[in-house]
Amino acid sequence: MPYRYLEEIATADVAFAAWGETREELFAACADALENVMVADLDAIRRVEEMSVRLTHGELDLLLFTFLNELVFYKDARQLLLRVDSLTITGTPGELVLDARLAGERIDPDRHSLIVDVKAVTLHRFRVSETAQGWEAEVVLDI
Amino acid sequence: MSIPSELKRISDTVWELPRSYKAGMLVPARIFATERLIAQMDAGVFDQVTNVACLPGIIDYAFCMPDGHWGYGFPIGGTAAMDPEEGVISPGGIGFDINCGMRLVLTKLTWDEVKPQLHRLVDQLFRRVPAGVGSHGFVRLSHDEFCQVAEQGSRWCLQRGFALPQDLEMTEEGGCFPGADAEKISVRAIERGFNQIGTLGSGNHYLEIQVARPGNIYDEALAHDFGITIPDQVVVMFHCGSRGFGHQVATDYLQTFLAVMGRKYGITTNDRELACAPFRSREGQDYFAAMKCAVNMAFANRQVILHRIREVFADVFGRDPLDLGMNMVYDVAHNTAKLETHEVHGRPREVLMHRKGATRAFGPGMKELPACYRKTGQPVIIGGSMETGSYLLAGVETGSASFYTTAHGSGRTMSRHQAKKQFRGEKLQRDLESRGIYVRSVTWGGLAEEAGPAYKNIDEVVEATELAGLSRRVVKLVPVGNVKG
Repeated sequence: MPYRYLEEIATADVAFAAWGETREELFAACADALENVMVADLDAIRRVEEMSVRLTHGELDLLLFTFLNELVFYKDARQLLLRVDSLTITGTPGELVLDARLAGERIDPDRHSLIVDVKAVTLHRFRVSETAQGWEAEVVLDI
Repeated sequence: MSIPSELKRISDTVWELPRSYKAGMLVPARIFATERLIAQMDAGVFDQVTNVACLPGIIDYAFCMPDGHWGYGFPIGGTAAMDPEEGVISPGGIGFDINCGMRLVLTKLTWDEVKPQLHRLVDQLFRRVPAGVGSHGFVRLSHDEFCQVAEQGSRWCLQRGFALPQDLEMTEEGGCFPGADAEKISVRAIERGFNQIGTLGSGNHYLEIQVARPGNIYDEALAHDFGITIPDQVVVMFHCGSRGFGHQVATDYLQTFLAVMGRKYGITTNDRELACAPFRSREGQDYFAAMKCAVNMAFANRQVILHRIREVFADVFGRDPLDLGMNMVYDVAHNTAKLETHEVHGRPREVLMHRKGATRAFGPGMKELPACYRKTGQPVIIGGSMETGSYLLAGVETGSASFYTTAHGSGRTMSRHQAKKQFRGEKLQRDLESRGIYVRSVTWGGLAEEAGPAYKNIDEVVEATELAGLSRRVVKLVPVGNVKG
């Protein structure tokens, strides 16, 4: 798993760190880390519905913030659990564009081994940074 | 040990970090806690409460309550009074779950009468009050109707037959913050929440059947005034908020404020989660009006849940809910910003109170309280873990030290992942049942996360509020049945 839940911060909520060799891998890892807070076994999410999203932001970290908020939005508005099928980030700083193909299905409490709801993505300690190995992020979710 | 060396003991229950602790602090930070509780506080509390002390317009102190712990923006338990003219409003000082709150409902039933029906009661409540990830309520609304809920709160419930007139009187602000404006909320916020009225949510949200044992009554006269009048009286307590709607309102305005805070208003904060705008600015006023919509939705949510609870009790006991004495003690909000008038340096002054994971606790004589509580002080409902019990407290005169604010719960000490490693939901349910607490949960993992040892000792927290003069104990309520999100 290219993510790890952080025990030592934000005790009442859930914090995670995630990694990727590329920005795209990092974003997909963060998406899985978020969904995995709600669903114990991500493999239980079948590819029943597919959707495309296009998001833009000038800054990479806030593009990730916007992307994760999109997943939280679809969880409530359409009861969808979604994983990244493909994702690209194009453009230059100041004008970044994310195109993602997401696949998943409606929440099924009988099959999805639900854990706890993600209320929101917070900006507390929210960070995306480039490392020698690629990219990493730290995110605190409100539970 | 996370306690900063600069922390000064002001009294046995008041601790202070001076302005010199961090660059940019405009006021000192004050934490209410016993020595034992302060030793348990995590590093986040000290960092976050002193970040709050840097916000423009803050008056006197940035406060943290005895159940304080690491949050985002403000700590959980964080409280700040802002000057409405010079100060800011920040979603990070309110939380995503706007008006997450507690409601306490009486019955005339005793534990002996309820015990034979406990499983039936809890099972029916579990079915009729949906909980957990992605759950829907039974109230079907168009987007336009939802906007009416957002603007009217519990008043909408009264019109639709989900409330009794006296329920509104027993709800903070009458169950409706005036000035809510649905023009200020996004379609996305409506889409996230319009089908969630009447749902508990998850995490630490719950619905509990509790008993007021005679040995747990701290103040008999006050307990009587609050409606606890018979030995082993059964009550119902629940905790939930504004669901996805409120979460989205906060998310929307966090981004709005982030975009204008520095560029337009020249404000910087130590944590982007504290993104804010001057209260009197257009953005500040828009958020205030939108936040009130979420406050009102949460009041309506708890009101609709109360309606369902009354239906279940009526069904199980074959009696009218009023004949069963199912009247509200009170409904208190945890996560709000509100204009209130307080005495500041000897003069009455309007302030913008931010309370995040903290409860308003007005003292005796305050005119905002319903007539029946003017002498007693405001009932304060403190939710504990599902194992240890909860409390009914009362506001006190000395609460002015914290702008009449007290704790809201017991506060976590263990991370959710640690709790899941340490406890198993199935075993926990069996163990609790052997101790006389029947629990139904949507998920075993979610249940394990809420195990009692993951929380601070609630007895110590409420004792600390009493020692600090923020509120006083009236009765401890022990759980016998619990529905968990």
